[in-house]
Amino acid sequence: MKKIVHYINQFYGQIGAEEAAGQKPLLREGPVGPGIGLSALLGGQAEITATVICGDNYFADNQSEALGEILAMIEEMGPDMVIAGPGFNAGRYGLACGTICDEVKKRFSIPVLTALYPENPGAEMFHSRIYIVETGISAGSMRKTLPVMASLALKLLNGKEIGFPEEEGYIPQGFRVNVHTEKNGAERGVDMLIKKLKGEPFVTELPMPVFDRVKPAPAVKDMAHARIALVTSGGIVPQGNPDHIPSANAGTFGIYDISECDDLTGQDYMTVHGGYDPVYATEDPDRVLPLDAVREIEKEGGIGELFGRYYSTVGNTTAVSSAKKFAEEIAQDLLRNNVQAVILTSN
Amino acid sequence: MKLTLNKFHVKDIQFAQADSFENGILYVSKKKLAEYLMEDTNIESVDFDIARPGESVRIIPIKDVIQPRYKQSGTGQIFPGFVGDVETVGNGETNVLEDCAVATSGKIVAFQEGIIDMSGPGAEFNSFSKMNILVPLIYPIEGLDKHTHEATVRIAGLKTAAFMAKTTLGQEPDEKEAFEHETILEMARKYPDLPKVVYVDMVQCQGLMHDTYVYGLNVKGILSTMIGPLEVLDGAIISGNCAAPGHKNATIHHENNPIIESLLRRHGKELCFVGVLLSNESAMLKEKKRAAYYTSNLSSLLGVDGMIISEEGGGNPETDLMLNCKFHEKKGIKTVLVTDEYCGRDGASQGLADVTPEADAVVTNGNGNQFVVLPKMDKVIGDVETVRIITGGNADSIGEDGSLSVEIAAIMGSCCEMGYEHMMTRLR
Repeated sequence: MKKIVHYINQFYGQIGAEEAAGQKPLLREGPVGPGIGLSALLGGQAEITATVICGDNYFADNQSEALGEILAMIEEMGPDMVIAGPGFNAGRYGLACGTICDEVKKRFSIPVLTALYPENPGAEMFHSRIYIVETGISAGSMRKTLPVMASLALKLLNGKEIGFPEEEGYIPQGFRVNVHTEKNGAERGVDMLIKKLKGEPFVTELPMPVFDRVKPAPAVKDMAHARIALVTSGGIVPQGNPDHIPSANAGTFGIYDISECDDLTGQDYMTVHGGYDPVYATEDPDRVLPLDAVREIEKEGGIGELFGRYYSTVGNTTAVSSAKKFAEEIAQDLLRNNVQAVILTSN
Repeated sequence: MKLTLNKFHVKDIQFAQADSFENGILYVSKKKLAEYLMEDTNIESVDFDIARPGESVRIIPIKDVIQPRYKQSGTGQIFPGFVGDVETVGNGETNVLEDCAVATSGKIVAFQEGIIDMSGPGAEFNSFSKMNILVPLIYPIEGLDKHTHEATVRIAGLKTAAFMAKTTLGQEPDEKEAFEHETILEMARKYPDLPKVVYVDMVQCQGLMHDTYVYGLNVKGILSTMIGPLEVLDGAIISGNCAAPGHKNATIHHENNPIIESLLRRHGKELCFVGVLLSNESAMLKEKKRAAYYTSNLSSLLGVDGMIISEEGGGNPETDLMLNCKFHEKKGIKTVLVTDEYCGRDGASQGLADVTPEADAVVTNGNGNQFVVLPKMDKVIGDVETVRIITGGNADSIGEDGSLSVEIAAIMGSCCEMGYEHMMTRLR
């Protein structure tokens, strides 16, 4: 029989309510509180051999110490799995459940499971790393939650394939995966349109994401003394593409010296961007990275100086998360080099 | 108006001395087909190969995929403006080679050609792997500029497809499917109580090898326009598009536009399918707005209740998709959008380049960033080295064991935004 260690707080551990929230971690043999109901649902395949109980305040106020004590207790029991909660919408308890599960998974490489209300900060912080069964806002949903936890726990323990959130009852971890469908996309679209026209409920396959809005920086007051840099997602790189920047979904960007160069030629530079017609950029890479024009303005005194290196990547089917990472790294490097403004070009 | 598709199922393609179609076998004379294609003096040489379902064969790089069709009767000829004259198509009978396609290959035009694997994990990502494919390998004369090279390969593909289907003229098809479509005034009388629906087919025509042709005309810069659905099924729209292979609308997608077919099949029953509006995806914001506004003007003139809008390509076309959605929803016209996503290899990133809150009904055809390893094949038709530069591939795509590591954006039609394939994403 597989062994499970269960983590609960002082309240569910029957030590006391808020007045007992300073309780240090305790180890009890067998299931306690909600663990008794949960254990009964495991169909004889697994049992809760021990329960760790800790006060919410003690964990919140002494996190690293509390975590150390709790992990030591768990390690000593050598379980096959750790379950925490359910913590519903209790903030401190939820964070403790999430933190402990996340650490156990990392350190002991065993399956973990907790159950929280989706808006619990513990769910928001850990939902992408561990399985968190979705609960109602309060303990009123305990009876509904425990069977879902038991079923998912058994699947995790037995190494079975975990289905989608709607089937298994966990909070979506935030990964979109490709699946094959019975109907093609066109038929699904016509079905959806007919439902929408009739006013019947339908489910969109892609809920609209919320975009970050970046507030533009204030205008540069004194361009004549400003240091300007060139940054492009149009894929202009030195001939031979020394950093192997891919033609699509680039995972990297390059930094290239142009301090001695006034004009990009097709002999020395090229585009590696896979999303546009390369003919004109190959003829004259300045069309994408306007070095010649900026040098002219520099000579006329329109800008203080052009920074001697440019940054280049490929913005073609590139994930927003990668683009954000590049932007942060490039911005840091620009700041280190006292650049006041950049000209961003795409293609 | 009525168009009947005479469908001939192709069990195999074989090279022979003479061209014919017998008992499901298509016999092709390399010599005659080469002579026909070499009428184009921009072609230095041409060779042909055949790929069959289940074979350990990889075709790379592929520019376009075309279904062979040829008109048995009715006005005009298939692919008007290229193979046929610019005369009206979409009536009479058209012979269609099912389970069969042309995939144009040869010297690479740009970065945007794709892969078809006839077996293994890559074969799961498109329908083409289940077809008998004739591959013309087209090598242009030396020094031919890229844009003429593109046109040369495009037209050679269309000619090859027509040449193949011509072998069935006068023969009894395996099955027939008839599509009927009335004039707008007539259907308004016939189906007064059914919701009136149009299909907004967003075509990507931006110049720079992102082009689509209607009756032979590059529709870059046009005001949004209307076209009969039966004309589209007769090859009135063809692809000159060198966008990412996973989500460009190849000619075969236009010929078999699954949204048009699905709407036609439900026409007069669940809905009244008024027609197809072409809305161009320009590269310029002002033109994007003009196209979406003008499409909504046409929708208002027609008095429609709802529409399906399909996208081609990704990135800036998302703005066209969202503007079309927004402008129509503001007029009370209900929209369903058909797209795909690029949400990173792990699927955790935002997958669209533009969004609007009105887009509450969206069909997604998959995440083009999914990473796959395609095992080595016994035979490669084309040039496997090109995987290093095509969209979805990279300099390190070829493994020591000959396998290819790519994102599925490199696989022809994998995330087709007309909903041709059977794939979607789900959140987990």
